[in-house]
Amino acid sequence: MSPTTTALAAIVAPLIGAVAILVTGRRPNIRETMTLLAAVATFSLVASLLPGVLAKGFWSGPIAQVDLIEVVGGLTLSFHVEPLGLVYALIASSLWIVNSVYAIGYMRGNHEKNQTRFFTCIAIAIACAVGAAFSANLFTLFVCYEALSLSTVPLVTHKGTEDAKRAGRTYLGILVGTSVCFFLLGIIAVGVLTDGDLGFKQGGVLAPYLAAGGSTAIVGLLFALFMYGIGKAALMPVHRWLPAAMVAPTPVSALLHAVAVVKCGVFAVLKVTVYTFGPETLGSLGNTGWLIYAACFTIVCASGIAAFQDNFKRRLAYSTISQLGYIVLAAGLAAQGGAAGALAAAAGAMHIIAHAFGKITLFYTAGNVYTAHHLTEISQLDGIGKKMPVTFAAFAVGAVSMIGVPPTAGFLSKWSLVGAAWSAEAWIAVATLVISTLLNAIYLLEVPYRAFLRKPPAAPAHHHGHGDDGHDDEAPWPMRLAIVTTAVMSVLLFLGAGWVTRLVGQLAEGVR
Amino acid sequence: MTGHLPALLIAVPLIGGVISLFLRGRFLPWAWAQIITTAVLVITCGLVEAVLTGGTITYRFGGWPQEWGIAYRIDALNVFVLFIVALIGCVATIYARYSVDDEIPSDRHHLFYCIWLLALVGLLGITATADVFNVYVLLEVSSLTLYALIAMGKNRDRRALTGALRYVIIGSVGASFILLGIGYLLMVTGTLNLPDMARQLAAMPEAARNRTVLVAFAFLFVGLSVKMALFPLHMWLPNAYGSAPSAVSALVAATATKVGVYMAVRFLFSVFGPGFTFTALSTEVGDFTFTCDGVLLVLACLGVLYTGIEAMRQRELKWILAYSSLGQISYMVIGLALLNRDGVTGGIIHLLNHALIKGGLFMAAGCAVFALASQRLDDLNGLGRRMPRTAAAILVGGFGLIGFPLTAGFVSKWYLVKGALAAGHPTVAVVLMLGSVFALVYVWRVVERMYFTAPAADAPIPRRLPLSMEVCTWFLVGGSVLIGIAGKPFADLAGRAADEALGGHALMISTPATPSSPQAVEP
Repeated sequence: MSPTTTALAAIVAPLIGAVAILVTGRRPNIRETMTLLAAVATFSLVASLLPGVLAKGFWSGPIAQVDLIEVVGGLTLSFHVEPLGLVYALIASSLWIVNSVYAIGYMRGNHEKNQTRFFTCIAIAIACAVGAAFSANLFTLFVCYEALSLSTVPLVTHKGTEDAKRAGRTYLGILVGTSVCFFLLGIIAVGVLTDGDLGFKQGGVLAPYLAAGGSTAIVGLLFALFMYGIGKAALMPVHRWLPAAMVAPTPVSALLHAVAVVKCGVFAVLKVTVYTFGPETLGSLGNTGWLIYAACFTIVCASGIAAFQDNFKRRLAYSTISQLGYIVLAAGLAAQGGAAGALAAAAGAMHIIAHAFGKITLFYTAGNVYTAHHLTEISQLDGIGKKMPVTFAAFAVGAVSMIGVPPTAGFLSKWSLVGAAWSAEAWIAVATLVISTLLNAIYLLEVPYRAFLRKPPAAPAHHHGHGDDGHDDEAPWPMRLAIVTTAVMSVLLFLGAGWVTRLVGQLAEGVR
Repeated sequence: MTGHLPALLIAVPLIGGVISLFLRGRFLPWAWAQIITTAVLVITCGLVEAVLTGGTITYRFGGWPQEWGIAYRIDALNVFVLFIVALIGCVATIYARYSVDDEIPSDRHHLFYCIWLLALVGLLGITATADVFNVYVLLEVSSLTLYALIAMGKNRDRRALTGALRYVIIGSVGASFILLGIGYLLMVTGTLNLPDMARQLAAMPEAARNRTVLVAFAFLFVGLSVKMALFPLHMWLPNAYGSAPSAVSALVAATATKVGVYMAVRFLFSVFGPGFTFTALSTEVGDFTFTCDGVLLVLACLGVLYTGIEAMRQRELKWILAYSSLGQISYMVIGLALLNRDGVTGGIIHLLNHALIKGGLFMAAGCAVFALASQRLDDLNGLGRRMPRTAAAILVGGFGLIGFPLTAGFVSKWYLVKGALAAGHPTVAVVLMLGSVFALVYVWRVVERMYFTAPAADAPIPRRLPLSMEVCTWFLVGGSVLIGIAGKPFADLAGRAADEALGGHALMISTPATPSSPQAVEP
C-alpha cells in the first residue's frame, strides 16, 4: 500500500470498527473482539508509516499528501503525514489497544450500562484523533477537532446522572465555545490574510503577509486566538472542562482525557505554531513572549491545585493540566525562534509521548482502585499497596516518569525542555520547571507513600469488592495487564529512545 | 414552450389552486397539489438551466412594451430563490399529506391545498416579477394565504389564532408601508418596471436629496424589514411559526422570510442601487457617519444576540426553532450588508442552507407532533430511544444551526465571517461566533433531553410515522449535510447571485430601455 492509502486507511479503520461494534452490540464477546481488531489494525497501519518517515533522514516536507474533497472554494479536506502528526497518531492508536483491554475489564467489572455506545464512541473518537493527526490544513484539523469534541460527549455523560449531564454541558460549552469563538475565527482570519492558504507548510504561511507590510500586532493577536481557541490544550483559564470530564468512566479519562483529546489540543498548538505561523515568523514578531508566562502560570497553578485535591481522578486531571502546560510552554519557546525554538518543538513532541504513557498509567491506577475497592479518594488509600502491589508498583513507575526521573520517558522530555529553556535564556521557564518538578513529586508520591508505607485503617467501614467468588483484592486481570504494559512502556521508551529522538529530531529539522 | 416558462411558473399553481377548490375528500386535493408543485419544480429547474446557459431572461406578458405591461425578469439572483421556494414547496407537499390529515379536519382539505398553492403563487411571483406593483399584489396574495394557513393550526394549538391575528395586523402595516413606498417611487419615476425605475432613479440628479425618493426609501425599508422579520420588527414571527400546522411551519420558515430578504436585496441593490443605498444616503451626525449598511449591521447583530437569548429560554421545540429562524435571518442580512463578494455570497447561500436546515427541523418537529401529539421539551425526553430517526434528524439539523464543520451552516458561516473580516468588521465576526454559541446552547438543551434524559413513566408510546414524512425530513436534513460536504456547486451559484446583486444594478441602468422583440434576452 502506498503511504497515502495507508494514512487514509488508518483514519477509516476505527470508523469501520465503530460500525462493527454497533452491529455486534448484542454479543459482548464478539463486540469486544471487534474493538481489539480495529485497534490493532489502526495501530499497524499507523506504525507502517513510521519507516517511511524515518527513512527520509532529513526534513523534506510531508509524505502522502492527498486532497479528498473540496467543500467550497478554498476549503479542502486533505491529509498528509509528517513527524509531529505521526507522533500523535502513534500514541493514540497504540494506547487504544491497551485501553481496549483495560476497558473490557473495567466496564464488565463495574457492570456499566450502554457498553455498545461506549465502545462505539471511543472508536469514533480515535478516528477523529488520527484524522486530526494527519490533517494537512487548518480546515481539516478543525473538522476533526470538533468531531472529536462531539464524539466524546456521550462518554462524559455516560452515567446519565444530573452530575454527568452538568459535566457534559461544561465540557461541550468550553470546548466548542472556545473553538467556535476563537479557533475558527483565527482560522478564517488566517484565510483572509493569506488569500485562502490554510495549509500546514514548513515555515508557516504568514510570512508573505508580513513581508508585504502586514501588521505584527494582528498576527500576534491571531496567535493568541489560536492558543486560547484550542481549548483542548487546557491553558488556564479554559481548563475547567478537564476536571469536569472526570465523571466519565476511568477508561475514558485514561485514553481520552490523558491521551487522545488533550493531546489533540497540544498537538494542534504545536502544529499551528510550527506549520501555520512558523517559529521564525513568530520570533520576528516580538510579541509572543506572553505565552511562556501563561504556560508557566498554568503549570505552577495547576500543580498547586492538584496538591490540594483529595479525589484521585481530580488530582490527576489537574496534574494533566499542568503537564499540558509543559507542551504549551514548548510552543511558547518555539515561538521565540532560533535553534532553541527548534529544540523546544522537539521537546514538546517528546513530552506528548512521555506524558501519554505516564499519565494513562496513573489513571489506570485510579480505575483499578475503584473497580476492586470502590475507593475514589486519596486519603482512603492508606496501606492498600499490600492488597494491590502490581497496581501501585505501576503507579510508582508512572509517577516517576511524570516527575521526570530516569530511567523513564518523562526524563527525556523534561531534559530537552529544560535544555531548550536554558538556551533560549527563558529563566522563568527554567524556574517553573524546577518548581513544578517539586510539586509533582509532592502530590504524586503521596499516593505510593500512603499505599505502601501507611498502615491500613484499623476497622474498615464495610468490606468492598465483589468478594463472594473468592476474588482477590487486585483488579481483574485485563486491567492489571494494561497497567503493567503502560508502565513498562514508560521505561522502554527511555531505554530504546532511538526512533523517538529521530522522529522528533525530524520535526526540529523542519522547524529550522 | 420553454420561452413561456416564466408565465407558466405562476399560471400553473394559480389555475391549479383554483381547481383544487372543486376537489373533495382527503386524497384528491393533496394529489392534485402534489402534481402542481412537482410541475412547478420542473418549470423552475428549466428556468435555472436557461439562466445558467443563456443569462438573464426577460419575459413580457402579452408582448406589451415594458413601460405598459407586466414583465418578469429572471436572473442569477432570483432564480436561486425560485429554486429554493419550488424545491421546498414540492417536498413540503409530500410531507403535508399525513401531517395535514392529522391536524386539519378532512372537510377543509380542499381549502387548505387551494391556499397552499396560492401561497406558492405569491412567493414565486414576488421573486420572479420585475414589476413593482405586481410585487405588492403578489405580496398580498402570499400574506393573506399565509395568515389563513397559520390560523389553521388552531385545532392543535389555540395560540395559532392569536399568532395569525398578530401576523395579519403587523403584516398589513408592513404591506401598506411597501405600497406607500412604491406609490412615491411611481410619482418620481413614472414607471412600475423595475429596471426602468432603476434607470430613472440613476438618471435623476441628486436623487439622495429628493424628499419623495427619501420617503419612498424609508417606507420600503421599514415595510421590508417587517416582511423579513428583521429585529426589532420580528414580533409576529415566533407565535406564527410556533403554532402553525407542522407542514405550514416547514413551508413558511423555509420560504416566506427568504422571499422577504430577496425583496430587500431587489429594492436596496437593484432599484436604488448600492451607490444610492450605501453611499449617497450616508448622513454625518457629529463625528459619526450613519450609513444604511451600518444600520442594517447593527440591527442584525442585535437580532442575533437577542433572538439567541430568547431561543435559549423557550420550552417548546417549534418555538425554539422559530426564534432561531430570526437569528438566522439576521445572518443573511449581515451577509448582504457587508457589501463584499464573500459576505453577500454567504448571505445568499444561507438562504438555501437555512431553508434546508430549518425546513428539515420543522419537519422533524412535525414528526414529533404526529407521533406524540406534542412538541414540548418535557415530552421529548428520551426521544433518542423512542424515535431514533427523528431524534437523529433534529441532532444533525441542530449541528447545522450551530455551524459545525461538514454541515451547511458551516459553509454559510465561513463566507460570512470571511466577509466580515475582509470588510474590516471584526465585531460582526465576533457576533456571528456568539450566535453559534447561543445556537449550541439551545440545540444542546434539546439534545440533552433526547439522548441523556429518561422519559417519564407515563410517556406515550409514539405512533408509527408514515414513511413519506420521514423521507422528506431526511431529504432536507441530508441536503444540508451534502452542502456541508460538497457544497461547491451551490456556493458557485450563490457567488453568481452575489455578483448579480452587487453588479446587476450597474448593468441594468446601462442597458437600453425598450428592446423591440416581446421576449428578449439581456446580455
